[in-house]
Amino acid sequence: MENAAMNNQATPAPTVSSGMFDDDRQPLEIARETVSIEVRDLDLYYGNDQALKSVNLKIAHNRVTAFIGPSGCGKSTLLRCFNRMNDLIDICRIDGQILIDGKNIYAKDVDVAEHRRRVGMVFQKPNPFPKSIFENVAYGLRLQGVNDKRKLAEVVERALRAAALWDEVKDRLDDNAFGLSGGQQQRLVIARAIAIEPEVILLDEPCSALDPISTAKVEELIAELKNDYTIVIVTHNMQQAARVSDFTAYMYMGEMIEFDDTARLFTNPRRKATEDYITGRYG
Amino acid sequence: MEHFDQHISHQFNQELENLRQKMMAMGGMVEEMLKNAVQSVVSGDTELAVTVIEADDQVNRIEKRLDEECNLIIARRQPTASDLRLVFAIIKAISDLERIGDEAEKIARWAIALADYHRPRNDYRELERMGHMVLDMLRKSLDGFTRMAPEVALEILEQDKKVDQDYESIFRQYYSYMMEDARNVRRVLDALLVAKSLERIGDHCKNVGEYIVYLVEGRDLRHESKKALKAFQKEISDES
Repeated sequence: MENAAMNNQATPAPTVSSGMFDDDRQPLEIARETVSIEVRDLDLYYGNDQALKSVNLKIAHNRVTAFIGPSGCGKSTLLRCFNRMNDLIDICRIDGQILIDGKNIYAKDVDVAEHRRRVGMVFQKPNPFPKSIFENVAYGLRLQGVNDKRKLAEVVERALRAAALWDEVKDRLDDNAFGLSGGQQQRLVIARAIAIEPEVILLDEPCSALDPISTAKVEELIAELKNDYTIVIVTHNMQQAARVSDFTAYMYMGEMIEFDDTARLFTNPRRKATEDYITGRYG
Repeated sequence: MEHFDQHISHQFNQELENLRQKMMAMGGMVEEMLKNAVQSVVSGDTELAVTVIEADDQVNRIEKRLDEECNLIIARRQPTASDLRLVFAIIKAISDLERIGDEAEKIARWAIALADYHRPRNDYRELERMGHMVLDMLRKSLDGFTRMAPEVALEILEQDKKVDQDYESIFRQYYSYMMEDARNVRRVLDALLVAKSLERIGDHCKNVGEYIVYLVEGRDLRHESKKALKAFQKEISDES
């Protein structure tokens, strides 16, 4: 009888809602004093193709900001601009400014190597060097000319502890890093980035090659690290963006469509395009 | 609701549509229960009252099943934005609908008790009036949910105030009946409980109305000040 009652119920005629999308709420403004990275009118071209279109964005100090959007939307390109990785691509041309702590990182007098020390990056696939665990973490310091054994040991331990890896590797620091699991390798790479004390850590899909347990560990680590670092993460996993970030930017075809508080963006976005993407609708 | 039919995943569309239809079916059953419960008080029809009592069990089972389906959707689909708000609004709304069912059942039980006493000359017209008002509120809230029409919530809020006033005046009226003649006390107390249940049903309808606003606008109007509600009212009228 219960089923009969349900089946007999006529479906009322659907109507389109009026006030659900593209509403006029004000976009979120990051307070000036807390801005770590500011992107101003950024255009980026690969040859004749424009990959970023007049992007404006402020990234808050010691917070996690996530970039989401479909493949090819420009989120990784934008992330790579922050440590000038795009300089390595010949056909890449950039207009506009990116300011870190108020200084344009594309200014002529910027020392790119020094800049990259301040802005560390972790990639999708863990990329440890074919060296021991210890030497992987010590690598950046050695490049800087630090050779004092005690100093190196101290920094390596601190970085491995910060990356939540110390307890798992402390008895085998001289083993080759390739012997670690994928999740451990990714945390090792994060430890390597932390060892040189950057201000900003860029994470480009850091968990897409990891299993759920390793993913959870890296996410836990991100939550820890944001106390000391400004973190920007690109992810295809929207639940991950919702879990780990304080702010989320949705990009589409090179444009910054919506930037907001993560809690608000995932429960009540301002733009219909954002809504369609995060809920898996046809745009 | 066509907005909820545009996912890349057809299965997800189907799941949400199925959820919505079941909720509406549940709402239809509760509406029927309420209508019959009020009718049984007014007419003294105890057989009709019994059908209301029996229907409550069915409503309870549907609530449980819908809860389970909402759980599954959350686990499987991790809904976000309007999808999340829809699932959340449905979880909340069905709990209020179930409570309305419970109140209707109580009314039916008192209708049976009242049938044993002598009937007043006006056949409990005051309860009938109040009953029709809350029935209208319930219909509006279900219709507003389907049409995703947040302005309905404001109408229901207004009606709820009237229902509260009706309850106040019925309370005073019945109080004086009891004072007049102590032999009335038991009967009038039962009738007063009917009024109290109707007043509670008004509150549940108001809740459902508020979930419509949450679903459509992403805003929580519950326990808001008069000033905030006025501002919302203005926004809604500006939009339309």
